[in-house]
Amino acid sequence: MIIGEKAGLPPVVTAPAPYGNRLTAAARSASGRGGALRRFDWPLFGSAVALSLYGALLVWSATRARSQLTGGDPQYFLKRHLLNLVVGVILAIAVSALDHKRLRALTPIVYIFALLGLLAVLSPLGSTVNGARSWIELGAGFSIQPAEFAKVGVVTAVAMTLSARSPVRRGADLRAPLRTTTTHERTPGGEVPTARQIGLALVAAAVPMGFIALLPDLGTTMVIVATVLGMVVVSGARLRALVLLTVLAGAGVAAVVKLHLLAAHQVNRFAAFADPNLDPQGVGYNTHQARMAIGAGGLFGQGLFQGAQTNGQFVPEQQTDFVFTVVGEELGLVGGLLMIALFGVLLWRACGIARAATEPFPLLLAAGVVGWFTFQTFENIGMTMGIMPVAGIPLPFVSYGGSSMFANFIAVGLLENVRLRSTR
Amino acid sequence: MAVSPGPAGSRIPALARTRVGVLQVLVLALLLTLGARLWYLQVRSGPEFQQAAAANDLRTVATAAVRGSILDDQGRALVTNHTTLQVAVDLSTLMHQPAQGRAVLERLAGVLGVPASQLEQRSRLCSSAVSQPCWTGTPYQPIPVAQDVPAPVAIKLMEERDQFPGIVVGPAADRSYPEPYGVRAAQVLGYLSPVNPDELSEPNSPYQPTDMVGRSGLEQTYDAQLRGHSGVQEVSVDNLGRAVRTVSSTPPVPGDDLVTTLDARVQAVAEQQLAAAIDNARKGWDKNSQHSYRADSGAVVVVDVNTGGIVAMATYPSYDPTVWSGGISPSVYAHLTDPGAGTPLLDRAYQGQFAPGSTFKIVTTSAMLQDGFPAHGTYDCSPDFAIGSQDFHNFEGEAYGPITLKQTIEVSCDTVFYRAAYDMWLRDGGNRPVAHPADPVQTMALAYGLGKATGIDLPGEAPGDVQTRQEKMATWQKMKGAWCTRAKTGYPEVAGSDPTRAAYLKQIAYENCLDGWQFRGGDAVLEAIGQGGILVTPLQLARAYAALANGGTLYQPHLEKAILSPDGKVVSTFQPKVTGHVPISPSTRSFLIDAFQGVAQAGTASGVYGGWPLNQIPVGAKTGTADVYGKQATSVFASFLPANHPQYAIAMMVSQGGQGAITSGPAVEKIEEALYGVQGGAIVPNAAMLRNPPANLPVINPDGTLAVPASAAFDLSGATGPNPSVADAAFHVTGMPNAGPGPAPLPLFLPERRYADLLRTGALA
Repeated sequence: MIIGEKAGLPPVVTAPAPYGNRLTAAARSASGRGGALRRFDWPLFGSAVALSLYGALLVWSATRARSQLTGGDPQYFLKRHLLNLVVGVILAIAVSALDHKRLRALTPIVYIFALLGLLAVLSPLGSTVNGARSWIELGAGFSIQPAEFAKVGVVTAVAMTLSARSPVRRGADLRAPLRTTTTHERTPGGEVPTARQIGLALVAAAVPMGFIALLPDLGTTMVIVATVLGMVVVSGARLRALVLLTVLAGAGVAAVVKLHLLAAHQVNRFAAFADPNLDPQGVGYNTHQARMAIGAGGLFGQGLFQGAQTNGQFVPEQQTDFVFTVVGEELGLVGGLLMIALFGVLLWRACGIARAATEPFPLLLAAGVVGWFTFQTFENIGMTMGIMPVAGIPLPFVSYGGSSMFANFIAVGLLENVRLRSTR
Repeated sequence: MAVSPGPAGSRIPALARTRVGVLQVLVLALLLTLGARLWYLQVRSGPEFQQAAAANDLRTVATAAVRGSILDDQGRALVTNHTTLQVAVDLSTLMHQPAQGRAVLERLAGVLGVPASQLEQRSRLCSSAVSQPCWTGTPYQPIPVAQDVPAPVAIKLMEERDQFPGIVVGPAADRSYPEPYGVRAAQVLGYLSPVNPDELSEPNSPYQPTDMVGRSGLEQTYDAQLRGHSGVQEVSVDNLGRAVRTVSSTPPVPGDDLVTTLDARVQAVAEQQLAAAIDNARKGWDKNSQHSYRADSGAVVVVDVNTGGIVAMATYPSYDPTVWSGGISPSVYAHLTDPGAGTPLLDRAYQGQFAPGSTFKIVTTSAMLQDGFPAHGTYDCSPDFAIGSQDFHNFEGEAYGPITLKQTIEVSCDTVFYRAAYDMWLRDGGNRPVAHPADPVQTMALAYGLGKATGIDLPGEAPGDVQTRQEKMATWQKMKGAWCTRAKTGYPEVAGSDPTRAAYLKQIAYENCLDGWQFRGGDAVLEAIGQGGILVTPLQLARAYAALANGGTLYQPHLEKAILSPDGKVVSTFQPKVTGHVPISPSTRSFLIDAFQGVAQAGTASGVYGGWPLNQIPVGAKTGTADVYGKQATSVFASFLPANHPQYAIAMMVSQGGQGAITSGPAVEKIEEALYGVQGGAIVPNAAMLRNPPANLPVINPDGTLAVPASAAFDLSGATGPNPSVADAAFHVTGMPNAGPGPAPLPLFLPERRYADLLRTGALA
């Protein structure tokens, strides 16, 4: 590896001693296979696996009694969730092992496959669940949700677009993007994405986002908006670009509302959010029952498998989008805080990886994953507690769902990849 | 290999690293927000949500308890339960059908052969906007809409279940009336109706939504004992209302049985003799009114003089209590409460008030003797007695000249009592009363338990009336305004059709306005012969004679003998309650007993007891024929026996029934024949129904079956049923029983097994 060969440059003034040790260790590990294992971010990976196992328990609790879903096998969802976890871990390891060049080379392919998947789900191949045409049935009980993989596609594509060297500097050298890691432009302020790059990034994000919005999958659309905004901000874009972007986003939201582009159930979700006591048997049923389940948990919860609301199946979609209500009711504040803490570890480590990145692309990649996970986690847990409007998105790692699990672990793989190859 | 220690020279803009740091802080802030919100929901507002969650998934389902039976003194069931096939509507399922299950109800109506509107009415929920007929209970309980469904219909409904979603068919318990020996006793037994929302919402309400509550008669008085306790199951349900698990379960506790002092055989005889007497009376011609006797209503009471226990209590008009089984129909209920039909729902025995006529002389004679009138002196039985311009006549102008007091009672000479009452009235100061008038007759009447409720264990008892000075004054103060107006204006509304009556009423109004407060000589005289201001219920009259017969003890009349648990254990036995002592000396008592025996032997009742072995079973009796203004005479008869060792007192009254000795006397004598087995003037010991009320309680086997003593056969054939078409009632009635339930469905009872089935099939939600 040839990262950061500028030994003669002044060191970071504030870098503490242990950090220096770690850097030495990192430098050593970069050359050997044993070093890769040591560089591997175990807390990050561990918290992701822990969240998935935690989720397995909760999914089990939520689905044990739902025989119309499980087909009589109370452990059906538990087994499937664990299987998803195993596949996810394999995917994460595979992605983290990818050569850096290959990762960049793969980005357009991932992006194009994501677009194709979304087109497929919009075509008659897709099947509709809960008013959204989000799934492609593969048969034998398997189905995929291309919108989940689209997040990976968007994050990588936007990261690549924003980090690409300015065409002016590259001249007409078409191979330049592939050479970026070996080309060292040492501008003291680093590279700031140009307006054109930002525009390209937005287009790259907007195309799949548009497809997702058509499904309609408002939740995933919101996740992508938040993620891309975060990436643009982190990319170092100038303030006026950000202001312009904010204005554009505001205008877009206003247009969507004014033109009644949202489906009725989506409007209702926002209405139920604005007025928590709205129609507890109808529009506000989900949020009402979810808050009741969490509130009934108290400090220590009613015990795993003991939740009355959970056993009574009062909360819809409890094994997927509303899985947090299970931990809230059955394991209480202690269990809920433990879960939030696990997310804290995961996101903190991911932020650390982003900060340690030596190149714009891996930095943006890591920051994109952080934005994605953060928004999705906050939105999901927030909606079950009534501080965010209801949107149909799963809680990363915890919720039941193969596509989500796979996409999340691919993202973890991306973070590990950055950690192994592109940090100091 | 060297490592770049800082950002300078890197392709990463410095701004980017700063912003990643901002992102990191933002992440932390968001996670803290989630944690804080979680704390707020679970710890700050936790209890609130826990309550809401508890209410969210708990449903209470009541299982009705088996109601206790009402038994006679021998353990024969007068009211019990039977199992019927019942069709009920499970609203939670029905409401999920298209058009809220209208089509289902219409199909059901077709199968049951009733109008669909009836099913809809019975299965809709009562609310402020929806009044009866409707269901007062909880919608989580199947609502009964049809009882006694024929088995083929029930099977059809069960087989074609897919055609009838939300329709539940199963066995249920209903009140049934075995009517041993044809006994009705409908008014005494009373009836049930579903608990109403007000009763349910009372604090500490003992009721469950499925409960049936006694609304009159013994069912009302002993409701708490008979009802038992409904089982309550708290079921945790899921989002579709399906029971997930049972949180708590209290099994139903069956109600206790009530053993009464009634004897079914004697009661049957009493009812049949009363009806027969009324039939006979209607064949008689009343010279005064130039009309056959209307005999619109009446009652007879047989009381155990030593305990106050009621052995039989019949009333007319009556009805068949089985009309309550399976829910009374609106038309039948309307008939029962129709004054034009004589309001059969009322029990005249304790709710009807009649003038006692000469049977009241038990009081007047007691008062005379205690007041110093000589028991063996001579009294002038003149044809009439005048006070001022007013003449008071003997019955049909009879006159016997100077006679003894005993003879006076035997022939029921009114003028002797007029004179005595007038003397007493004069001694109290006449129209200028002394400070504390003695009023011996009125005081004695109250001492005999007249003029106030006896305290019998039945609801809505009429108190009767003994008009005293104090009462007259109070009435006058209340009424003088109206009387004085009428004294001026008269009664033009009556004058049109009956000028004589209008003039009479105006005169009365005038006199009442002037000095209606005053207890006049005329009042004293009329009350002395049981007319004017005296009204009694047949029950009060029977008790007065019972008190004389037993030596002066006034017992509280009662129907309860004991309460037995369902497995036959004695919960409690009724101890006779003494409510007072009649202040008469032993000599007064023996004089009166002798005199009343004389009435039966040689007096006005001698015709009644012509065929009775008086030498073997001496009887004391008194006839009464009370004039009621504007109506035919009330027939009254009172009796006690055996006179030498009294056991029973019997009183009978028939409104517009004519003479006591002709209408009531023979019926009472027939009841006495049945009690003692008198046939053709001779005693047939085996035919005696109840020489003495049984001292022991009936034995009930631990399995709940009755070990009924073998009962002697008794021929009751030839007895006629009552004719419900009667003219207007000639008595004063107070204390209407609680308003009836209207055409409401009768009790729902889901046996446990059935309930479990419902839970399993998910029909109960």
